[in-house]
Order: sequence, then structure tokens, then C-alpha cells
Amino acid sequence: MSLVIPYAREDAGQPPSLYPDYRSTVLRSPRQPLVHIPPTLTEVTGPAGCWDRLMGDALADLTAQHRAPPQGQRIVVSGRVLDETARPVPDTVIEIWQANAAGRYIHSKDDWDAPLDPNFTGAGRVVTDGEGRYRFVTVRPGAYPWGNHHNAWRPAHIHLSLLGPGFATRLVTQLYFPDDPLIEIDPIANAVPMPYRQRLVVRFDIDTTVPNWALGYLFDIVLRGRQATPMEDDHGH
Amino acid sequence: MATDNRGLDNQSQELFGQTPSQTVGPFFHYGLPWKGGADLVGQSGMGARPDLFPPEHCVLNVAPPHARPEGEVIEITGRVIDGEGQPVPDAMVEIWQANAAGRYASPDDVRSDVPLDPGFIGFGRAATGADGVYRFRTIRPGRVPGAGNVLQAPHIAVSVFGRGLLKRLATRLYFAGGEGNEEDPVLALVPAERRATLLAEPQALGAWRFDIVLQGDGETVFFDL
Ligand SMILES: [Fe+2]
Repeated sequence: MSLVIPYAREDAGQPPSLYPDYRSTVLRSPRQPLVHIPPTLTEVTGPAGCWDRLMGDALADLTAQHRAPPQGQRIVVSGRVLDETARPVPDTVIEIWQANAAGRYIHSKDDWDAPLDPNFTGAGRVVTDGEGRYRFVTVRPGAYPWGNHHNAWRPAHIHLSLLGPGFATRLVTQLYFPDDPLIEIDPIANAVPMPYRQRLVVRFDIDTTVPNWALGYLFDIVLRGRQATPMEDDHGH
Repeated sequence: MATDNRGLDNQSQELFGQTPSQTVGPFFHYGLPWKGGADLVGQSGMGARPDLFPPEHCVLNVAPPHARPEGEVIEITGRVIDGEGQPVPDAMVEIWQANAAGRYASPDDVRSDVPLDPGFIGFGRAATGADGVYRFRTIRPGRVPGAGNVLQAPHIAVSVFGRGLLKRLATRLYFAGGEGNEEDPVLALVPAERRATLLAEPQALGAWRFDIVLQGDGETVFFDL
């Protein structure tokens, strides 16, 4: 027999799967209701602590992957990965990808004519320490246009992907920058109901800022937390 | 007067709670699916899409070497399909599964009586191709306990991501005709007429087909975890 400690369910800050203002959701979101299942060992386990055996080493400096530094404003993003009870999530991997300072991705399907930067890929990976802390160095990405509607522009953002401790804690998200007027009119950010959308906006922090080197921003990531009492596997269903 | 929340941000204590999910978007291929991420058995480059970005921007590592895992090697392929029946060429599929003995390589699986396999982690990631097809090479998982302390039928947990998916979609792959499907406690929660959407169908020896229909006719059952 084994103990299964279930994870909390979604809170009110999660977006719906169908959000018609973001047009691609219309044909790609399920129409049938989700089937609720009780957590089993499958949902509460995950490849925690194995990230280096899966993917390889950390890549925490996105400005040091090529011959010369990339164009753009150098920034540091740092924070903690926590669960909903504010306990740190140690040794968990965060994967990072983003556009360059001009708002262009190195991806071949990105056909916007903003310049590529041979010194910037925009992909990295960090792992949290024992207190759940992480830190990476990059350049501030630019905004970019997209085809969702007339004159649609994505606010500057960095994509983040977290495995967390279990299958149930898997999270992919995006962080945004303060005082960006495009957030208010972006259907992807606004799929998250207010005020929870603001959880995705980093805070400028002078103490994270490195003198004569890089601006600093804080961004904590909160994964679904475990409920207080373990549930024995032999509950009926 | 409406409350203006725009001054709040990630560090506002009154907003503390789950970080909202956002789509992976269409341009994740140089950042997420690493070479070998879809090959849980050998050392191939399965899973990545190196055709979508220049080689000098392939900064993600190749999966490090590992021992060959125990168990029956299987290949799983399928197509991700949208609500108009069209393939989804920019989806990403992940799997999580137990080893052949039915043990998860996770600190939260504390059953020391079931062996770990040093050659097997059980996590995989694959981008779909231009035809919407994904492919994994893995081993057939053993059975793990479920609610009621009955064994669950062999299954693989599956996540789907993509442009237009604001949240990860979670489902399970079971094996058609598999041992224990009839009394599996999770399958039992799925309406009988939709259970077939969770069954991979056998093709050639060791090859299984598992299409993922995001919407419409034959829509795959997705779970609220
Ligand atoms: Fe993006």
C-alpha cells in the first residue's frame, strides 16, 4: 500500500481552455467536459531531481551562448518557485525561451522582418536551489506582431516551462514586464481573469539590479500545492 | 468605481496563488524538445524538430547516455487533430510512465519492494511534425496501484501543449486488450462510449497507434486532475 497526497485543484486564476478572443483556441479546445479523476501514484509522481539525466546541464546565461554579447538591454530575472502554501520547491527545472531584443524568434516559421541576432538564441534552463531560488541572465525581449486580429501585437514576454514535483504540477507560462501598454489589449494575457493576470507581471527590483551591468526583475512561480492530509490509496471511488 | 488592479504585480502578497498557465505558442521548438527526448530506450535524436531553426542555435543538450531499460520495447505514434479534423503541426506531447516493473522513478514513489531501473526515467517529450504526428520509443509500463488499492491497468500519462492551448491537456494512454483494463478505476470513471479514445491500438509488433483529438468527433477524454 502506498500513500497518495493529492495536489490542490486549479484556483480561480487559471484561464479557460476556450477563449475566443485568442482565435487559435476555437478549434483546439475540448468541447466535452473534463473528467475529474482522483489522484493516483501516476499524477503525484514526476521526474523530480532527474532533470540533468534527462536534458543535460543548466544554461543560465542566455547572453553567453555565442561569440559576442547579444544586442539589447541586459536583464537578470530571479525569484523562487513555491507551492501554494509558500513552501519552496527545490531542485526543479525551469526551461526558458524568448524572442530577441527586436522581438524576433530564431524559429524558421517566424517571418516577421525584424532583425535576427547571430549572438542570441533565446533558450535556457535553470534549476532551483534548496530554497527554491533561481536566477537567469538574458536580454529584454521585444514586442512582436501576430496574426490574431488587425494590428495585434504580443507584449514583451518570456516563456517558462516547469515540471515541478509531479505530473499534476506541470506548468507552462509567460512572464510580462511592468508598464507595457500591450498587456491590456493582449488576448493571451487577458485569458487570465483579473486580478490574477497581474501574477504574470514581473516587478523591477533595485536590489536584484547589478550595478553597471544589468537591470533586475523579480518573478516568483507558484505551483499547485499538496493538501495537508495524506489520502490513503484504499479509499473507495 | 471599478477597482483598478493594474498596480498589482507578481510580488503583491494579496495576489499570491497559482501562477496562471499560458500557451507554449508556435515557436517553442528550439527551447523545449531536446534531441532524444522522445526516445526513452536508446540514443536516437527522436523528439526534436531541428528542421525549424539553424543548427548554430541548437543549444539544448542531447539526452545523456543511459543503460538500456528492462522490458518490452514499444513504439507509440499518433496524430494530434483539431476540431476540423486537421493535423496540428505545432503541438508538443509529453509522457510520464512507470518502468516495466511498475515503479515510478520519483522520490514520491516510496515502494521499495518494486525495483527501480537505472536505465529508465519514464519522462518523454516529442514535438509533432508537419503532418501532426508524434512518435515515442519506450517500454511497456508495469501496473501500479490505484484507488481502492486495486492495481491500475498499464497506462501512460500524457500531456498535450500547443499554440491555442492556454492550458496543458492531460489524458492517459491505455493499451487495447491490456491486462486489467476492465477493472481499472480511472477508466471506470470515463463514460463507456468515450473509453475507446484512451485505448492505443496495436499496429505491427510492438507498435501502437494513439491519436489525440482535441475537439469534435471522437474527442479524446481529457482529465481534470
Ligand atoms: Fe512568444
